Amino acid sequence: MIKTIVRKLDQRSGTAPIVRKTLRYLFPDHWSFLLGEVALYAFVILVVTGTYLAFFYQDSTTVVTYHGPYLPLRGQPMTEAYRSVLNISTTVKAGLLIRQTHHWAADIFLAAIVLHLFRIFFTGAYRKPRELTYWIGVTMLFMALLEGYLGYSLADDLLSGMGLAIGNGVALSIPFFGANLASLIWGGPFPGQHEFFARMYIVHVFLLPALIGTLLAVHLALVALKHHTQFRRTRKQTERKLVGVPTFPGQTPRSLALFFGTAGLLFLLGGLVQINPIWLWGPYHTYLSTNGAQPDWYLGWLIGGLRLMPGFDVTIGHYTLVPNPFWGGVLFPMIVMFFLYLWPVMERKATGDYAYHNLLERPRDAPWRTAIGLGFISWVFLIFVAGSSDRVDVLFNLSYQAQIHVYWVLVWVVPIVVGAIAYRVCKELQEGERVERKREHAEHAAKAEA
Amino acid sequence: MRNWLVSFLLLLIGRRRPKPLGDADRVVPPGAEEPRAELAAIVLLALSSLCAIAFVVFYALDRLPNQTQLMGGAIGMCLIFIAAALTVTAKKLVVNEEIEDDYPVDEHPDEQEAIVQVVEESGSRLTRRRLFKLSLGAAGGALGLAAITPIASLGPVFDMKPFYDTEWRRGRRLVDERGKPWRADDIEANDFYTAFPEGGEMEALGAPLVVVRLKPDQIESHKAFAADGIVAFSKICTHAGCAISLYRAPLFQPDEPKPALVCPCHYSTFDPANGGAVTFGPAGRKLPMLPLRIDRQGYLRAAGNFDGPVGPSWWGVRMKKPNPPA
Amino acid sequence: MRTLAFTVLAALVLAGSAGAGNVQRGQRLFGQFCASCHAEGQTTIGAGPGREMRQQTAKAPSLRGVGAMAADFYLSTGYMPLRKLGLQPRRSRPVLSTGEISDLVAYVASLGKGPAIPRPQPERGNIAEGFHLFGDHCAGCHQIVAEGGYVTGGLPPPLEDATSLQIAEAVRIGPWVMPTFSKKAISDRQLDSIIAYVNYAKHPDDRGGWAIGHLGPIPEGLVTWFIAAALLVAFCMLLGKRLKSS
Repeated sequence: MIKTIVRKLDQRSGTAPIVRKTLRYLFPDHWSFLLGEVALYAFVILVVTGTYLAFFYQDSTTVVTYHGPYLPLRGQPMTEAYRSVLNISTTVKAGLLIRQTHHWAADIFLAAIVLHLFRIFFTGAYRKPRELTYWIGVTMLFMALLEGYLGYSLADDLLSGMGLAIGNGVALSIPFFGANLASLIWGGPFPGQHEFFARMYIVHVFLLPALIGTLLAVHLALVALKHHTQFRRTRKQTERKLVGVPTFPGQTPRSLALFFGTAGLLFLLGGLVQINPIWLWGPYHTYLSTNGAQPDWYLGWLIGGLRLMPGFDVTIGHYTLVPNPFWGGVLFPMIVMFFLYLWPVMERKATGDYAYHNLLERPRDAPWRTAIGLGFISWVFLIFVAGSSDRVDVLFNLSYQAQIHVYWVLVWVVPIVVGAIAYRVCKELQEGERVERKREHAEHAAKAEA
Repeated sequence: MRNWLVSFLLLLIGRRRPKPLGDADRVVPPGAEEPRAELAAIVLLALSSLCAIAFVVFYALDRLPNQTQLMGGAIGMCLIFIAAALTVTAKKLVVNEEIEDDYPVDEHPDEQEAIVQVVEESGSRLTRRRLFKLSLGAAGGALGLAAITPIASLGPVFDMKPFYDTEWRRGRRLVDERGKPWRADDIEANDFYTAFPEGGEMEALGAPLVVVRLKPDQIESHKAFAADGIVAFSKICTHAGCAISLYRAPLFQPDEPKPALVCPCHYSTFDPANGGAVTFGPAGRKLPMLPLRIDRQGYLRAAGNFDGPVGPSWWGVRMKKPNPPA
Repeated sequence: MRTLAFTVLAALVLAGSAGAGNVQRGQRLFGQFCASCHAEGQTTIGAGPGREMRQQTAKAPSLRGVGAMAADFYLSTGYMPLRKLGLQPRRSRPVLSTGEISDLVAYVASLGKGPAIPRPQPERGNIAEGFHLFGDHCAGCHQIVAEGGYVTGGLPPPLEDATSLQIAEAVRIGPWVMPTFSKKAISDRQLDSIIAYVNYAKHPDDRGGWAIGHLGPIPEGLVTWFIAAALLVAFCMLLGKRLKSS
């Protein structure tokens, strides 16, 4: 039966040579190569569950009165958008399951991308000839971030509405043209025109998924065309010789298992762990707010940036050059973006290494990269953690204001310390291996002589 | 009936494997049989099917308590069982080959040359190449700009007047969420109130006020804005636009900090006794203050517009005073 | 007839005051637990039961005219006796028994006319109206599902342990930096609705599963990293295979 299918397919498409090559394409053996796949599978679940949700969501800001089954909101005015999400969560069968799975998938999609990025960075996989693949990946990271933000803002609940107001404030803070840009996107000052939700919707369900999907396809094609990198675990593996597991039969059940495992975990979370219970938050109004409002985790670094800044606008006479949110909400992410995009170029210039690399380095083999990378990560991470210091005050009674002052110092000191320690550790590990090799050599020589 | 039973039993027990090919012809090397692993995988797949059926049953039942959890558990476990079966397959039921292959060549210099040659030779009929390329570039760039231009329709790009508009003007009454006007003696000390302009658009940033009453001797500046100690500010934080819904109202002042309006987003803190000056937090601009007066019937009215545009800072926020709406 | 009426009246009065506290006992307890801070004309504050000796910088308000309501609130929540001066009172196990509390309440009430203990009736309130009012007046500090929060200079507590009576009292008193909401601002009926909502918020509709604290993205992020990402990385490690020749 397989014979018939293969024959019929090849006769009609001529793809037998490609399929044969693909079946025996080699995958490296290390588990860390699977992290990118986890992100891919989370994306697949996002598209599937998202499509289902789109059948029920209404992107309209027309105000209606709620007469549905959730009692605490009976008789309250809300937008049709919010009501449609309430409807999905309370009335549509399996609606809440799919909505929660979709939201968990988004959180985990970004976590997987970040872990995958760490693996790529700390092993030097972005080096020539894979810079293009890497840049596409970084672009997808930031697109996914925006995509998630738009997605949970579509619900028009109190928490995400506050988040949109803040997003607008951050846009306004861009020097020279921030207000013009914000006015363009929102159709005037916040809360903007009625069409704003329609715009978010189209970007979220069409534009960004199409862009991410396309970039993803190019990303995977580039990986396959240049073949995966590999760790040097055996003598056989060199810059020219790849040793690995073929797609079929070896890798396929593993990748499929990972897909089903990821999907299964996402649906288990979607059914068992509540996420973004918008009925508890209530609908958004510009004149309402709640304590303890936070963005989703992948934007938490920005709220830290916003909260840490001391209060000042930079003005020149009556001209407000730099409103306060710019530093934490625009400059901070731009620095991170520049670091990520420019790192391959900066490293090449600094090390003078313009060679092709198919072999990966272990973090200890590149002490400067590891030190700078870990230092940079700790900088971002501390700012991220600073964004939750109010809850830390609530839980542990540590004065919020004191924490802010402490973070002002830590945020600059800790990265340097972390970098220095990381550098030392790498050097020590390398030295240890060198000593070990010398010892083995000496023993070998001694045995040969004896 | 018996035939069906026999066939089912045979399926379970398994048939003899077909005769293997000669070893020399194989692409995929042979591997040992693992009947226990095979059985495990089959059992896992069977469990998975049961879970899928359970999901459909849970879905179909009406008024099932914890339906979301049951459905999620069922479909989740269905997928997990499949994953488990595939893991067993990967570890025990497929041959784990370790194969060598060459990396593809770094580049193809011959093809690159051929491409460059084709492109260069194709331009043999052109006499003014630079100018031609420049014209193509200019046309392309101009077309690109023209194509982007309609994006400007999404919103006013250069008209900044709406940013200075508020819903307030002199004489407008303060009302509550339901439209009932606020009387001055409704406003008590140690409490905070949200007010809107009568007949105005409630969701506009320039509309909501937070109103508090201080003792007249507590007010340190902007005294002309207060009416009998009652002061009103824009409810929209000047940092990033959240509603200021916290009022710090000390019961016993010697131990407790001064009254303050606080924003829950990044904790910008504003002093109502000092015209809304920032006392903590990242806000870079004081809270816009609305002058109040009490009319003859005792209702609170605006005595003018805010002393500055409302909302987060932007490049022109200090350049003009707010408009009374048209 | 008149003697009968008088006897009935006397019996009622006695019955009423038998449920209420004893003012004399209350005065003794006041001297024991409260006077070191709250005695009239107090200028320095000495050591007291459960209180550290060194803190003498804060002042304590006079209790004249605060009424039974305030005394009942601060004592039943354990806010008083205050452990650390100058800091926000926190809920704790009351050191006094219910009987002792009623005695103290009776004594404080006798120190001048003040508000009586309210009698909230949340069963007459409307949860939807309560949710709406809570969002307007309370969520900014206490968080929309009453999980508590932060304000510069104070920690609005979570309300899961607050009884209906304590909620009513707190709203009318406005302890520490909480605003004071009079009957004009929030009527008794509206207060009933707010209390109905707060009681609901103690066990709200968690149809989505494990509520992880009703706080939103922070616990969600913790689950994402410490449960989901951890499990997925572990699974990747299980699936990844080591080369035979290494």
